[in-house]
Amino acid sequence: MSGGYSPEEMMVVAAARRLRDGERVFVGVGLPNLACNLAKRLHAPGIEMIYESGVVGANPSRLPLSIGDPALALGARQVCSMFDVFALYLQRGLVDVGFLGAAQIDRWGNLNSTVIGAYDRPKVRMAGSGGAADIALLARRVFILLRHESRRFVESVDFITSPGHPGGPGSMAAQGRLGGGPEVVITDLGELGFDTSGEMVLTSLHPGVTVADVRARTGWDLRVAGDVATASPPSEEELSALRALDVGGLYL
Amino acid sequence: MSKLVSASEAVRAHVHDGDTVYLGGFTHLIPFALGHEMIRQGLRGLTLCRATPDLIYDQMIAAGCAAKVVFSWAGNPGVGLLHAFRRAVESGGVEVEEYTHFGLVARLRAAAMGLPFLPLRTNFATDLARANPEIRTVTCPYTGARMSTVPALVPDVAVLHVQRADAEGNAQLWGIRGEQQEAAFAARRVIVSAEEIVAERELRRDPDRVVVPGFLVSAVVHEPLGAHPSYAQGFYDRDNGFYLEWDAISRDPGRLSAWLDEWVLGLADRRAYAERLGAERVEALRRGAWVDEGEAAAAGGPAGGRPAGAKEGSR
Repeated sequence: MSGGYSPEEMMVVAAARRLRDGERVFVGVGLPNLACNLAKRLHAPGIEMIYESGVVGANPSRLPLSIGDPALALGARQVCSMFDVFALYLQRGLVDVGFLGAAQIDRWGNLNSTVIGAYDRPKVRMAGSGGAADIALLARRVFILLRHESRRFVESVDFITSPGHPGGPGSMAAQGRLGGGPEVVITDLGELGFDTSGEMVLTSLHPGVTVADVRARTGWDLRVAGDVATASPPSEEELSALRALDVGGLYL
Repeated sequence: MSKLVSASEAVRAHVHDGDTVYLGGFTHLIPFALGHEMIRQGLRGLTLCRATPDLIYDQMIAAGCAAKVVFSWAGNPGVGLLHAFRRAVESGGVEVEEYTHFGLVARLRAAAMGLPFLPLRTNFATDLARANPEIRTVTCPYTGARMSTVPALVPDVAVLHVQRADAEGNAQLWGIRGEQQEAAFAARRVIVSAEEIVAERELRRDPDRVVVPGFLVSAVVHEPLGAHPSYAQGFYDRDNGFYLEWDAISRDPGRLSAWLDEWVLGLADRRAYAERLGAERVEALRRGAWVDEGEAAAAGGPAGGRPAGAKEGSR
């Protein structure tokens, strides 16, 4: 906790600020869920939250314990099957923003949530894609939310669970990607975008963070924008709304 | 014709060593009671398919039922990883065949529609498409676009837990619908377990909620609390304390084995399991049940409940 808010709170606030009113957002549980609910209570009441369990336009009365929580189903606009939410909503191109996290990320925004080590005999077997690769390929824009640690920001991921911009954005479209891929990586230190070659670039710092801090926790020679910005700290309104959502510290 | 049988009879008649099995339910209505019965009967060499293996497959893997797991997200939802699954994969003890969520449910959908595969706009440029030879590509004969394909998945047996069914197997399910309907239509045999068994005329009053017609169903089991510790909307909330506890239990093979002895192998059936849970714990979960508007009005007001303690999941 520094300056009255935690780095995780700053991360959620930064993600919420990027969401626009009326957008249809494919949400996971955890921090993305908090960011969406926060934006919905502040500047974007018309956000439509869509969950891979088939819930469209959720209006949950509690933070969901899992993505299939009945708290998501009740009061939702629609509940459909899992196949339908992927086919009729995501593949149909109706999802504006998808959120992803992962255990590893590289400079092209490739994400790994599958294995550490070799796929056939992994050192650590993790959960795998779930909907992550589907979201990375089919949502119009992808926001990546990650804690900024050098063991996560690596030169090369052990497995590409979901592709970022290898070979640049153009080559991905030629390979069949429908959506635009990762637009931003939001961490507890700042925000990173992607340049025209598809490489990650530091674009904004959270208050009190230096470029050196970010580079020290990135496993490659990170590119930095010439005009790197500094985000404004969470406002009183943002913080109190966020804390009212996360009663009991369920996620933060 | 009544197909009502006990869980033990249903599994003995319709699940065999080496079968490909699909236990349906996306975090909601997971058929734990029938899975436990498969453990009790010592089934071996099963190919266990589920989008989310969840605790039930972690338990079945630990009990030695599985030769292979077909899945798309193998975590403990809202908690972390599945440790018996993880150990089995890391040691090469089970084979895995992995898809994305869309890929896996599309496999069921293809089989449910009688198709050999479905084209999808996913999987491109992933290592999964390189690691799994079953994920292939096809050129669209109309547009020339390159599509990814997944093959139909035809389980020998699909198992569904639902809120209400009749004795013939007509099954009603509501709330999070998951992949249950696709699984049932994809499979060669279907076992339904239900919180309540009602008369056929009750179901015919509300046919929109029927996900599987009785004529596809081989056996029906009346199994109240059959989805515990997962949720059954309108009946009980998720036992989140248990999902959290499982993280510690499943990390320790000795503790896991003792848990299986105490909660599965040492018990005759689901009734004994519910008794061991205790009336107080069951009552608390029932009070926490999420009910829809119609049910709430009938019961005189909405039920609430906010089990505490879940931390951010791995995604």
